[in-house]
Amino acid sequence: MSSVAHAEGHDHKPEGFLNRWLFTTNHKDIGTLYLVFSLTMFIIGGAMAMVIRAELFMPGMQLVDPAFFNQMTTMHALIMVFGAVMPAFVGLANWMIPMMIGAPDMALPRMNNWSFWILPFAFTMLLSTLFMDGGAPAAGWTLYPPLVLQGGNSFAFAIFAVHLLGISSIMGAINIIATILNLRAPGMNLLNMPLFVWTWLITAFLLIAVMPVLAGGVTMLLTDKFFGTSFFNAAGGGDPVMYQHIFWFFGHPEVYIMILPAFGVVSEILPTFSRKPLFGYTSMVYASASIAFLSFIVWSHHMFTVGMPLGGELFFMYATMVIAVPTGVKIFNWVATMWKGAMTFETPMLFAIGFVIMFTIGGFSGLMLAIAPADFQYHDTYFVVAHFHYVLVTGAVFAIMAGVYYWLPKWTGHMYDERLGKIHFWWSTIAVNVLFFPQHFLGLAGMPRRIPDYSLQFAEFNMISSIGGFAFGLAQIFFVYIVWKTVKGGQPAEARAWEGAKGLEWTVPSPAPHHTFETPPEIKPDMIAHPSNAH
Amino acid sequence: MDTDNRDANRVLARKLTWAAVLMFGFGFALWPLYTVFCNITGINGKTGRVSEQEIQTMGLDPNRVVTVHFDGTVNSRLPWQFKPNQFSMEVHPGQLYEASYHARNRGQDVIVGNAVPSLAPSEAALYFNKTECFCFTAQKLEAGEEKDMPLRFIIDPSLPAEIHEVTLSYTFFKNDEQSQQAHQHQTAGQPGNG
Ligand code: HEM
Ligand SMILES: [Cu+2]
Repeated sequence: MSSVAHAEGHDHKPEGFLNRWLFTTNHKDIGTLYLVFSLTMFIIGGAMAMVIRAELFMPGMQLVDPAFFNQMTTMHALIMVFGAVMPAFVGLANWMIPMMIGAPDMALPRMNNWSFWILPFAFTMLLSTLFMDGGAPAAGWTLYPPLVLQGGNSFAFAIFAVHLLGISSIMGAINIIATILNLRAPGMNLLNMPLFVWTWLITAFLLIAVMPVLAGGVTMLLTDKFFGTSFFNAAGGGDPVMYQHIFWFFGHPEVYIMILPAFGVVSEILPTFSRKPLFGYTSMVYASASIAFLSFIVWSHHMFTVGMPLGGELFFMYATMVIAVPTGVKIFNWVATMWKGAMTFETPMLFAIGFVIMFTIGGFSGLMLAIAPADFQYHDTYFVVAHFHYVLVTGAVFAIMAGVYYWLPKWTGHMYDERLGKIHFWWSTIAVNVLFFPQHFLGLAGMPRRIPDYSLQFAEFNMISSIGGFAFGLAQIFFVYIVWKTVKGGQPAEARAWEGAKGLEWTVPSPAPHHTFETPPEIKPDMIAHPSNAH
Repeated sequence: MDTDNRDANRVLARKLTWAAVLMFGFGFALWPLYTVFCNITGINGKTGRVSEQEIQTMGLDPNRVVTVHFDGTVNSRLPWQFKPNQFSMEVHPGQLYEASYHARNRGQDVIVGNAVPSLAPSEAALYFNKTECFCFTAQKLEAGEEKDMPLRFIIDPSLPAEIHEVTLSYTFFKNDEQSQQAHQHQTAGQPGNG
């Protein structure tokens, strides 16, 4: 166990490609791996979305057969949720959390290596089902029985992939909790921590609580299909609706797993470019914690139409609406942070403001869906698709992009090209609204989701939506170019890349040396954003 | 990292791993938990079973009339025809009634099926009991065979007053295992008939 000690005090990186990347235990390298992996998955999942939008460009069946279309919707969601959004946030956590709390590395560096390297295997396995007999899973990312059990035997590979993803996320979560609880530099108390660290701490507990439940649920699917059990098989005394309860017990906290770190990123960026401290820091912490708690008692809002008794409908309706309260607290705090601030609009700030506005739109459509009697009308229509893409694309994904632009100077030592960044923001923002806003109307008019063809009255809005989709896809290729260009060169970044930025990560040089804070920093009040909260 | 930290990390990691393992168990435990919850509250529409003795204690309520509608479907994998012989009945709570369904095997093979009942509204499920039902056991039909399947039911007089109508629905599913056994049994029993 003395192997860690040899690098002390130097800034040398391991030599050779394999040593540097495959065997790495360095939080920055692992963070980079996660981010690159996530970007790759984002492109692959995005390509699938392009297939979906191309087929839906016009009514009628043009490009793909319905079975393949269903595989595309299913795989697109699985890849974006587990391959793009979650690993991106883990990547950000790896890079930033140790630097934000003054720790030399993650608490369990070897496990960190494992939790990343499981992912490429898991996704190779998942993607390979596309080429197997019977094809990839096609019953939607929620994997509802009995439909999902009627596909081919390649299903087993998809389930094992989900198991691996779960293991990877749980290991990542354990590592993050251990790092935050055990490795904070002296003087960095819990209530001095940056909000990104706080939201990740809460997210990590959510992950440990619900990923195993998903693993249990899909294991029951597996035994139902291959070993003759009847957990969800009505003929054998089981109940398919039971699966939905188990899935959504995981599924709703999962959507907060994807958004809480986004809240954290945005809470870092808005104060920097408003040149004011975050408004209501403590209330932000409590709001995040209450959102996490409430997320466990609202799952049945995904199942209003399964035939629940009235009391159940009412309970889940009101519980869901209660979540809007802490969420509203956050949104008001962000607005108050910007209020009368000396604001400038660099690309990270643009994405962060875009997040605040468009995530709120998604929150409102969520509230509409939470009205049980109304949901009978909206459920399984494009209205739901519009809702979750506003919260996930203009919410989670925009926050990730904001974070990437914000910290890219710290990672690469170069400033990205501000002009290109702004073009990327406006291009993405216009395209994403052309893409998803019309889907609200489609849903209200009754167009069902996960269907490769539709009746003629939906034609115009679908064509508009597809055009927005292609434009948004193209914008992300442009994003890859911007990032690549920044890695290769650009104006050198200062240690404090943004003059209004607070926090320990800005006290180390840019690019951040391979090893930082080998000895804990001495924390002075002006170094951190929230010096006065600890008592 | 000093050794203090390393030990603390290990202890914490172990605790958190245990938490994850526990939650994995909890995922499975949700199955029986939901089942128990549904049985107590009756919200999954599963009807109950009572013995002839138990119904003696239920008082008859001759002034109250409840309409029972009957409905029957088959799962797509089962080539049977299945329908109720009566579409509705007017009944008094506390009295035992008999109804029946008719099933015909339209397939080429002997098939065993299981019927799964469901009652709507689900609030009534707790008060709808049967002394006898074709859904209590698996049903076997030879190729082309048809038969009437009876059930005897009684509605508990404590059925909430606002409920005037209930719908009893059965879905017949193919019982793969027993169908195969029945098939093998038949072909083994009649050599040369292959
Ligand atoms: C104010 C907060 C929110 C409320 C009230 C809300 C409410 C709802 C409701 C009622 C549904 C079910 C609609 C249906 O299927 O008929 C739903 C679906 C969904 N929501 Fe939200 N939501 C909120 C925030 C979020 C956030 C923050 C995310 C993710 C970052 C999210 C992601 C999703 C997803 C992915 C689905 C669809 C799942 C599926 O069926 O595939 N929601 N939401
Ligand atoms: Cu939800």
